[in-house]
Amino acid sequence: MIRLLLDLALTHIAGRGRQTAVSVLGVALGVGFSIAMAALMQGSQNDLIDTLVTEYPHVTVSVDTRKPRPQPASDVFDAAAYSGLRPRDDRRGILNPAAVESALRSWVPGRVSGTLALQATARYGGSDVGVQVIGIDPDRYVTVAPLADNMVQGRVADLKATASRIIMGDGVAEKLGASVGSTVTLSSSQGIARRFKVVGIFNSGVSAEDDVMVYVFLKNAQTLAEQSSAISDIRVSLDDPYQADAVADRIERTVALDAKSWQEANQSLLEAIFVRNVIMYTVVGAILLVAGFGIFNIVSTITHEKARDIAILKSLGFRAADMRRLFLLEGLAMGTVGSVLGWALGFALTMVLGSIRFEVKAEVEMTHLPVTVDWTHYALAAVFAMASAAIAGYLPARRAASLNPVDIIRGAT
Amino acid sequence: MTAPAAAPGDPPLIEALHAGRVLGGTVPVTLVKDATLTIGKGEFVAITGPSGSGKSSLLYLLGLLDHPTSGEVRIRGEATAGMDDDERASLRLATIGFVFQFHFLLPEFSALANVMIPMRRLGVRSDREMRTRAEEILASLGLADHGHKRPDQLSGGQRQRVAVARALANDPPLILADEPTGSLDTKSTGQVFDILDGIVRREGRTVVAVTHDLDLAGRMQRRIHLVDGMIVSDKAATAPVA
Repeated sequence: MIRLLLDLALTHIAGRGRQTAVSVLGVALGVGFSIAMAALMQGSQNDLIDTLVTEYPHVTVSVDTRKPRPQPASDVFDAAAYSGLRPRDDRRGILNPAAVESALRSWVPGRVSGTLALQATARYGGSDVGVQVIGIDPDRYVTVAPLADNMVQGRVADLKATASRIIMGDGVAEKLGASVGSTVTLSSSQGIARRFKVVGIFNSGVSAEDDVMVYVFLKNAQTLAEQSSAISDIRVSLDDPYQADAVADRIERTVALDAKSWQEANQSLLEAIFVRNVIMYTVVGAILLVAGFGIFNIVSTITHEKARDIAILKSLGFRAADMRRLFLLEGLAMGTVGSVLGWALGFALTMVLGSIRFEVKAEVEMTHLPVTVDWTHYALAAVFAMASAAIAGYLPARRAASLNPVDIIRGAT
Repeated sequence: MTAPAAAPGDPPLIEALHAGRVLGGTVPVTLVKDATLTIGKGEFVAITGPSGSGKSSLLYLLGLLDHPTSGEVRIRGEATAGMDDDERASLRLATIGFVFQFHFLLPEFSALANVMIPMRRLGVRSDREMRTRAEEILASLGLADHGHKRPDQLSGGQRQRVAVARALANDPPLILADEPTGSLDTKSTGQVFDILDGIVRREGRTVVAVTHDLDLAGRMQRRIHLVDGMIVSDKAATAPVA
């Protein structure tokens, strides 16, 4: 029975070969471009998230915005106003950092490393460059950040030697005109100046880092800040980056410090990605809907052309539902062939796009288009295409099914 | 007058009781008016009348292609008025074979495939049985070597014979033919008529044929004559069957 309808459907379609080919091609192009677009969108999104997850700490623990100390008057009176209060500036960073760090290390499913960040001016030759100095414990820091992988020259472990040594971003080195072996002077805002020997250059791929960041041994940073054993941030790298929110929550509850997950830190970026996905699916849906019009057109033409066949089949004893199924099948057959061709086209397009290589010096350097082959894109595009083909086939099918055979037979005689 | 050849308790094959058909619209047109008739098994009935007299409309009512607007049509004693379209379609599929003035074969399918379509829809035979039966029917109608041809490769008479073969496909007790020889030459007309005659005589089926050819009608057993949608006479043919 269904084979008979399929025979009839294929015969009808074959009878309009060229028009059918155009409609099928319409669906195939729709599916193909949707898949290629989704591959590119998903690829760039994954690339971006990969960068976020590898380049940035999964959780950053830092001090809350500093507030003046609570005043006794507030305890006594219901309302009290103050003016001229300032936060204490005797100490900066996390209070009792050693205790906090070891507390975190005891339960966090990942690695922990305390750092001290401060602003300084780097001087070499005649040029001054404002830099962000990060004081690190090299052994621990490499477990929470990809610094070791980003080294262009030298090794992170070289920082540990007794003399003052520094690793700088390639952007900083370029601006200063310094290279490995040069000795640069760092002056902090406390007025402390120290000379550091360049032992390494890194390139993280993020210009915002490469152009301002320098790494020194933690002790040296504390000297520059005039604060021994101070730590301003604790970086946490998790085994599963997607637990960052939960871990950050727990840190905030247990140690009364500000803990930010990478998702929270990049919230606006992630929201932008979400909006981008909504736009993408809307466009994909629209493309496939348009492809559906081609199918509607041809199935509609067939129902007109084959009105006599419909009449004769109904008079032979075919039901209205058979006729509906017949033309629905025709739409779905075109949708199926279009989807399969579209898969091939989409895969080919994805491969071509993925193989294009070019150089861009932007925030994140890209050497090729990131593409992702994800079967859900293929399934989704086919589902969209089939749905629109089904609708496109059903509308004329309903009309054909309601056709009264006597009207046609009378008209023919 | 040919009396219904049915035993008591065995209802006639087809009955019309005061059946009428009026086309609605701003000016209603009466196609068939108050038609009452009974047709039994093994009858060869001609429906005649001037053009526009409602011959075909009566046939469509008898064949359940159209609904009567008054009265009723019964098939084997069963009222059809309460049936929905699907039930009527099922009844047509198994019980009634149609032959029209134009062959109405599906142009893309071979003669054999066309004959197999009603069988495939009914779906009670295996593929092999269907093919064998279709070949047998075609052979019995003198088309043994034409099964693989498409309708446009056949002559008018051959096409009409394929259409008869298709009507016979599901072995229905009743064949309704609407001007089956209307567009054929004399020779083909003779062939098709002989086939219909044979269906009645040898196979015991009932054939009801609309025709305006009084010579042909005269060779059938019974003739129902219509004028302006009314049955004006219903009697055994005067001329002896050749």
